[in-house]
Amino acid sequence: MRVPIGWLAEHVDVPAGTTVEDLDTAFVRLGLEVEEIHRPEPVTGPFVVGRVLEIEELTGFKKPIRYTQVDVGEEEPRGIVCGARNFTAGDAVVVALPGAVLPGGFEIAARKTYDHVSDGMICSVRELGVGDDHAGILVLGDSSDPATPAPGTPAGALVGLEDVVIELAVTPDRGYCLSMRGIAREMGTGLGVDWRDPGARELPAGSGEPAWQVLVEDADRCDRFSMVALEGLDPTAPSPWWMRRRLAQSGVRSISLAVDVTNYVMLELGQPMHAFDRDAVIGPIVVRRARAGERLTTLDGADRALHADDLLITDDTGPIGLAAVMGGASTEIGNGTTAVLLEAAHWEPTGVARTARRHRLPSEAAKRFERGVDPEMTTAALARAAELLAEYGGARVVGSPVDVDTRGPRPAIALDAARPAQVAGVPYTPAHVVEELTAVGCTVEGDDGPLRVTPPSWRPDLTDPADLVEEVVRLSGYDDIPSVLPTAPPGRGLTDAQRRRRAIGRALAEAGYVEAPAYPFVGEKALDALGLPPDDERRSVVVVRNPLSEEEPALRTTLLPGLLATLARNLSRGQRDLALFEHGAVFPGGDRAPAPLPGVDRRPDDATLAALLGAVPEQPWHVAVALTGQREARGWWGAGRPAEWADAVEAAHRVAAAAGVALTVRAGDRAPWHPGRCAELLVDGVDGALRSVGFAGELHPRVCSALELPARTSVMELDVDALPLAGVPVGPSISAFPPVYLDLAFVVGDRVPAAEVEASIRESAGDLLEDVRLFDVYAGPQVGAGRRSLAFALTLRAPDRTLSGEESTQVRERVIRSVQQAHEAELRG
Amino acid sequence: MSGANDPYDPKQVAALSPEALDAAVAAAVEAFGGAGDLAELAAVRPAHLGDRAPVLLARRELGALPPAARSDAGKRVNAARVAVTEAYEQRLAELEAERDARALAEERVDVTLPWDRVPRGARHPLTTLTERIADVFVGMGYEVAEGPELEAEWLNFDALNIGRDHPARTMMDTFFVAPEDSGLVLRTHTSPVQARTMLSRTPPIYVVAPGRVYRTDELDATHTPVFHQVEGLAVDRGLTMAHLRGTLDHLARSLFGAEAITRWRPSYFPFTEPSAEFDVWFPEHRDGPRWVEWGGCGMVNPRVLVACGVDPEEYSGFAFGVGIERALQFRSGVGDMRDIVEGDVRFTRAFGVEY
Repeated sequence: MRVPIGWLAEHVDVPAGTTVEDLDTAFVRLGLEVEEIHRPEPVTGPFVVGRVLEIEELTGFKKPIRYTQVDVGEEEPRGIVCGARNFTAGDAVVVALPGAVLPGGFEIAARKTYDHVSDGMICSVRELGVGDDHAGILVLGDSSDPATPAPGTPAGALVGLEDVVIELAVTPDRGYCLSMRGIAREMGTGLGVDWRDPGARELPAGSGEPAWQVLVEDADRCDRFSMVALEGLDPTAPSPWWMRRRLAQSGVRSISLAVDVTNYVMLELGQPMHAFDRDAVIGPIVVRRARAGERLTTLDGADRALHADDLLITDDTGPIGLAAVMGGASTEIGNGTTAVLLEAAHWEPTGVARTARRHRLPSEAAKRFERGVDPEMTTAALARAAELLAEYGGARVVGSPVDVDTRGPRPAIALDAARPAQVAGVPYTPAHVVEELTAVGCTVEGDDGPLRVTPPSWRPDLTDPADLVEEVVRLSGYDDIPSVLPTAPPGRGLTDAQRRRRAIGRALAEAGYVEAPAYPFVGEKALDALGLPPDDERRSVVVVRNPLSEEEPALRTTLLPGLLATLARNLSRGQRDLALFEHGAVFPGGDRAPAPLPGVDRRPDDATLAALLGAVPEQPWHVAVALTGQREARGWWGAGRPAEWADAVEAAHRVAAAAGVALTVRAGDRAPWHPGRCAELLVDGVDGALRSVGFAGELHPRVCSALELPARTSVMELDVDALPLAGVPVGPSISAFPPVYLDLAFVVGDRVPAAEVEASIRESAGDLLEDVRLFDVYAGPQVGAGRRSLAFALTLRAPDRTLSGEESTQVRERVIRSVQQAHEAELRG
Repeated sequence: MSGANDPYDPKQVAALSPEALDAAVAAAVEAFGGAGDLAELAAVRPAHLGDRAPVLLARRELGALPPAARSDAGKRVNAARVAVTEAYEQRLAELEAERDARALAEERVDVTLPWDRVPRGARHPLTTLTERIADVFVGMGYEVAEGPELEAEWLNFDALNIGRDHPARTMMDTFFVAPEDSGLVLRTHTSPVQARTMLSRTPPIYVVAPGRVYRTDELDATHTPVFHQVEGLAVDRGLTMAHLRGTLDHLARSLFGAEAITRWRPSYFPFTEPSAEFDVWFPEHRDGPRWVEWGGCGMVNPRVLVACGVDPEEYSGFAFGVGIERALQFRSGVGDMRDIVEGDVRFTRAFGVEY
């Protein structure tokens, strides 16, 4: 809502010396957020009212040009060249004399142009910096009108050069602040000064037949419908300058007097109105819902299929207006319209919201009705509009006004006078509460017991005691509220799952990975690039109905597309060695029952609540890493080490270690990994069986090329939520007896996984084994083709004694026997 | 030199004379001092401390003395021996120290060589700042509550007093999810966690809910369609707006320094009443101390309490929400939102593992 200060000051006695900053502060304190303050650019120097005496049409130039003689209150008129044509001799205009500076630093000087010396400039609205209207020059009026200022009068104040417009963000509960009337009321209260209600008008009773025959069929959605008829409108009459200026300041384009007046009255009183060309309306007006198959061409030229829920204004021909939202083209005011039906009604907000949304018509009218319009204003608005059309368009009211009013009385709200103090923590007295509610416009009754508060007609948002409490606290000022820290009961800190997520993030960061959260939107292209087979469950996605990009309409089922896109972005910016990680939710698709939408007047029953919570899919928390380039940099210590599949596996182990669980790794095969370099990551499940939680390794070469990533880019992705929560660890008993070290190298087939050999060692070595570690892998002529040597270092130790040579020999022989049998191994040299 | 059984003749036992012993000590000190390295010292040692060294030979003569003279002479011999030994050990220590110093000097390295074999990792400042805020509340006894990003429409809107056709719903710029009747949205705020918490716990409730939320804004320097909030909720007997202010002031001081406070502006949120937006006084702002818009807050609307099964006659509550991106922007002077969301490692590394 744009508030021209000049307009506001017409209704509010703004104290002398009030600055724009004071108003800004007052608005903010009232809860009206100031979005922007529009200050006209400064104009300096001599600006005066001039009277056009003579006009000479110059020809022979590319466009028609006028050379005028203008009386600017000096002894001699000045000769001024002007390109505009919207004025005649006798008009009062604004003249910038040489020495004046227009907005933008444009200095006026006497200069020769079009073969004449132009001794000044006749200004348009835009040149004066007070509006966007550049269609012609600003005509203040006919100089024969005594109200028109005399030539030579300084023009600064006349054109409102000091006029500032404050643009407010009005919250949806404060519909009444979408009008000068509402703003004036708030400001009067806020500044504690007198103000006048521009809505305090009565529609003259009129005489004779009602203006039109009106039938409201849907009184639930239209509880008041008012109308007057006007005749004798001069369709060529221009809107007065002051009105056009205020419309321009408010961001509304001037169209014609009749349209401008309805817009102006809407801005002033908050009551949207519609003007019908009376001669185009055929038969009685009926307010009703749309019928099957009905269509309406609206003022914007769109032909719209109507919905059974749309409320319409109709005549014998069918729909002539989408009630509260937009008028129809067939009854639009035209260049020749002299008879007008003015309509102002009160519509039920949610119905308006539905129609506006359905037809994507967030019009100024709909915006106001959705937020609630004062139902008292229909006739006041008609009175005001009729008055303006009479004054500036020569129109006169005919017949008697229509006012179909089916409103019931507004119920009073019971409010405990102590309640505001209990909510705010500020000791307001009951008298203060009554005072503030009265200032809002409420009627307050009740001397003992709870107050009975009837909110004013313009505050449909005040329905609950809490709404009234808010008004009291707001008007009293939030600055009065003290600062008191409450004492919460003792908490239990973070949950194990929350601590685990933090630990995983820290572990990866400490290992050199940089966290790179991406937007969770994906498209089919990204899933194709990963080479996911058609039946891969990651292709089952949740689709967003209104995505930002049609390319990425779905929610991720894997972190890899986003992470790899971030990797590519970093590469494109010149990074070469990268290790990234992301952790966050993924969104598996699949069919689900719709989530119910229970009422809100009580807690949903347990079954409904269970259905509601059950309809929301599980969104498991994943972690993923991606690496490329050098994992360890080249440096004085020697060559670098390229990132590889093993780093991705290591990252998985770091994650598992941070989560306090052991990971089992075996060869896996899954897109988008290289089939020979893919590790499946498993944990012990509840039933004792291994459970797959993720994969790690090198990307498939085709995926690297599809995504234009460097060869050998490696990734890991793991479902963190699938990891069992680590129990409380049991402290081991530490033996102080000496260890025995054994090194054993086995030659095995090169397809035998090292992890399986190690498992055999662990199993056969028994309790005396403290540690086992693979320290060398050798393949080459010494062990023969298709075989490799795996060398393990074992540490044996007993908890209660020094191991004898015999004991360690027994273990050694047991291990050798076991590995030989299980893996067709030979003990190496 | 005298044999053991020879009669005592002081002149004959010259080796025990003070002069002879002094000379032996002096000779030893000179010899040791003249040794330039450990090998030389080892070479001269036998002459002064070996079996045939003067002080040791002198000791053998003691038996030849009459008991009366033996005591004095014994003391002299011992003193001489100690002096020679000390001279040796002193020199030995000196030479060993020299040798060690030389060896260590030879092993010296350039400690200013680069150390960064593995590039530094970092956590995203949105993550760490969120944790920092959560920790402030955990320190006050709050617990961290969570909810899904793909959320039931009822919890995101209806339960929070945002009716189906309310303008506030339209203004939320919501991402809707197919099919049309799914009843699911990408949550537009962390407030549905409030509803979930009240539906699953009984007061007193003190929770903080961090998380990712969605609005259909295009990414630009100041907007992002995917962003982060931290929401706080307290439901207890007798909570007032004063408690809300105290809580927000505490949060402000925890994050922005001891002088930080909050300032409130009346506003509107369907789920709180009264509602306010709040600014924080940030003395360390890079453009000088100033008020910065930060979040929204208010007393939980009794309608929300009712929908979530809390009796508004018995309990009241307050709630607030702050934007993490916004806090990161002004706390660390980040001018462009795109730097926060694009995942450029140069940006994130600047914040380290803990921010």
